[in-house]
Amino acid sequence: MTIALAFLTVLMAVIVVWLLRQTVNVQPWQAQPAGVEVSVPAPRPAIQTALWVFLCVATSLFVLFVSAYSMRLGLADWTPLPRPRLLTLNTALLVGASLAMQWAVHAARRGEPADLRRGLATGGLLTVGFLAGQLAVWMQLDDAGWFVSTSAASAFFYLFTAVHGLHVLGGLVAWARAWKRAWRDPDPSRIRLAVQLCATYWHFLLVVWVALYALLVSDVLGLAICSSTPL
Amino acid sequence: MATHVAHDETDFAPPAEVAEVPLYHPKTFIGKYIWSQDAKIIAIQYAVTAIGIGLVALVFSWLMRLQLGFPGRFDWITPTTYLQLVSMHGMIMVIYLLTALFLGGFGNYLIPLMVGARDMVFPYVNMLSYWIYLLAVVLLVVSFFVPGGPTGAGWTLYPPQAILDGTPGSHFGILLMLVSLAVFVIGFTMGGLNYVVTVLQARTRGMTLMRLPLTVWGIFMATILALLAFPALFVSAIMMFLDLTLGTSFFMPALVSKGQQLNYSGGNPLLFQHLFWFFGHPEVYIVALPAFGIVSDLIATHARKNIFGYRMMVWAILIIGGLSFVVWAHHMYVSGMHPYFGFFFATTTLVIAVPTAIKVYNWVLTLWRGNIRLTVPMLFAIAFVFTFVNGGLSGLFLGNVVVDLPLSDTMFVVAHFHMVMGIAPVLVVFGAIYHWYPKITGRMLDEPLGKVHFWITFVGTYAIFYPMHYLGFMGIPRRYYAIGGTSFIPDSAHLLNVWISLAAFVVGAAQMAFLYNLVHSYFRGKPSGGNPWHSTTLEWQTPQTPPTHGNFGKELPVVYRWAYDYGIPGLKTDFIPQNVPPADVPAEAWARTPHHEG
Repeated sequence: MTIALAFLTVLMAVIVVWLLRQTVNVQPWQAQPAGVEVSVPAPRPAIQTALWVFLCVATSLFVLFVSAYSMRLGLADWTPLPRPRLLTLNTALLVGASLAMQWAVHAARRGEPADLRRGLATGGLLTVGFLAGQLAVWMQLDDAGWFVSTSAASAFFYLFTAVHGLHVLGGLVAWARAWKRAWRDPDPSRIRLAVQLCATYWHFLLVVWVALYALLVSDVLGLAICSSTPL
Repeated sequence: MATHVAHDETDFAPPAEVAEVPLYHPKTFIGKYIWSQDAKIIAIQYAVTAIGIGLVALVFSWLMRLQLGFPGRFDWITPTTYLQLVSMHGMIMVIYLLTALFLGGFGNYLIPLMVGARDMVFPYVNMLSYWIYLLAVVLLVVSFFVPGGPTGAGWTLYPPQAILDGTPGSHFGILLMLVSLAVFVIGFTMGGLNYVVTVLQARTRGMTLMRLPLTVWGIFMATILALLAFPALFVSAIMMFLDLTLGTSFFMPALVSKGQQLNYSGGNPLLFQHLFWFFGHPEVYIVALPAFGIVSDLIATHARKNIFGYRMMVWAILIIGGLSFVVWAHHMYVSGMHPYFGFFFATTTLVIAVPTAIKVYNWVLTLWRGNIRLTVPMLFAIAFVFTFVNGGLSGLFLGNVVVDLPLSDTMFVVAHFHMVMGIAPVLVVFGAIYHWYPKITGRMLDEPLGKVHFWITFVGTYAIFYPMHYLGFMGIPRRYYAIGGTSFIPDSAHLLNVWISLAAFVVGAAQMAFLYNLVHSYFRGKPSGGNPWHSTTLEWQTPQTPPTHGNFGKELPVVYRWAYDYGIPGLKTDFIPQNVPPADVPAEAWARTPHHEG
């Protein structure tokens, strides 16, 4: 659970600093006019705050899965599975998707609807490619005799990829809505927020995937699910 | 965008920086009351569902007490049924009643009104949250009727026994339980995002964080805890679900059951316990923090005094929340842990007593020389302080490893957690309902009947749970269908069990009087007016009672002060609502205001 605790410590530190800034030199019992010195909530769109809160929740979920993994790992029946080569390609696809989303954000800022659509389309396609690739990895492993219940290592492999994949699928729902609006409305400034949120979420998914990927294949931390034997 | 008429130069409120989002306006009855997106309706839906399923759990506790008080008399309560009753009672009370009622019920009703918002920031998601919660409840109820019945693995659902033959409901029961929990977490996350973002983003002008009523602070921090802790429950539910359905071995060790080697290998049951309690302990505070917040407001309002140490109260809520994540293994002292590990968790557990004690002292200091009005909400609030202290003191026993070991799994533990997280929060629920019912319905609850309800509940719960501590000291185990003629158990213990059972029936019956009061007063109660308790917070300042869709009429209120301007001398009324500008308060009142301690 050390990993989960580390994450929570960071999060609590952020909350403490935030609350310190709200409380130092504030005398709540003093009535004041609602003038300049009384701060109002930041004029940030609520949906953006909501996304960041959700990312904290999702991080908590992934961190707990990884914590469970690191505790289960030490036990005697742990047999690593072969390393699917396809994972490298899938990772590249997700990196590409993330970059394309960022490109769409820049296009929206510059006010170029054509680029925005291209960016969104590329991002979506690459993401679908990523999911297809993950499915292919599952099938490869299954063919090689590694299914969910074969060993604890394969169970975690399927679990991690499935949970991450479901988050990607959820992202695609938001992406589809942004995409529909991008086609209907030629004014990029109107959907800038939607694209921005998609991009943030994609970067998050990429970071999570890279962390999981490192965990799955690299033995640097001594936590690898996969052995060095390629599949 | 609203324009504000300045009373003088210093009273000028800057124009809102974010334009108001247009409200969704339902057109049909179904849109208004069934698929409602209004947080107030959703709150009532949550509350009614939670109380409804809670009543089922209450009946379960009666059945358990029938068995414990009169073993052998009711042969339709079999050992299997008994274990199922224990499990469902615990699960429902902790998650489906208390969590849903405090956050889904009070959170939805009070957050938008108290921060001066028209509604939650995402009303549609908020609506989904309730319906997903309802689905979770339905799944739970369905598990009562499947072959094998609901799970009897205890509310903690420890593997391996939870999914092994021989445990009641080890197939469909546990399956539905795990799915129901996962669904609950998804539904809660939707609601929780709303509560957090509404507090962060939808506060009205002038409502700084340090002017929020403590109720909002309590619910806000509890929601953050829940958002971070519920994933642990989700993770453990998903992994056990896979162990059950696909035959993985996350938690299931290699074992022989009924003479047969099972297909599991090498899993770690302790891993489940870690994950479960990583959720389970913060869960205590998910229930307690809203109670702390609400009680602070009840005490300040009904003692006509500003809350003592407001900032300390806010920080204590935060510190308690943070610490609640590093104490989980005190539920696992008997699992065989490293002594230093136990020492660490005993220390963190006892450290939580410090911020908690600060809160208790501050409540008492708020009451000190206050103009105490022993209204029904106040009675419940004071009873909470007593009960929480009593339950907390037995927590000091159990938090120490050496004391916990002999007491573990005895009735002492049952007595402890019922006092501290069963009775104490429920007393706050009652206090809060008596307090806010006039706002929700426009009518007062019947006071004499409320006092009868209070005294029977308060004295009665002590009659139930105080003796249980003694049973625990005698070594009487919990979760046992019958203790039989074990030599170390004296006859008096059986007598005590009869007494506890009788008390439980009386307390349960008193709740029927409460339900009668709720229904009767809705039609026949005394009209309350907009602000019967002379309260300062924004929900009492709405133009209509009950507040209509959009809460505040044409213009949102502007906030000039904190929520605790009570007992101001020199005024016709002894309080100043949060939305009264300084210019509207006579100068002589301010000159004599005594409330300048922090």
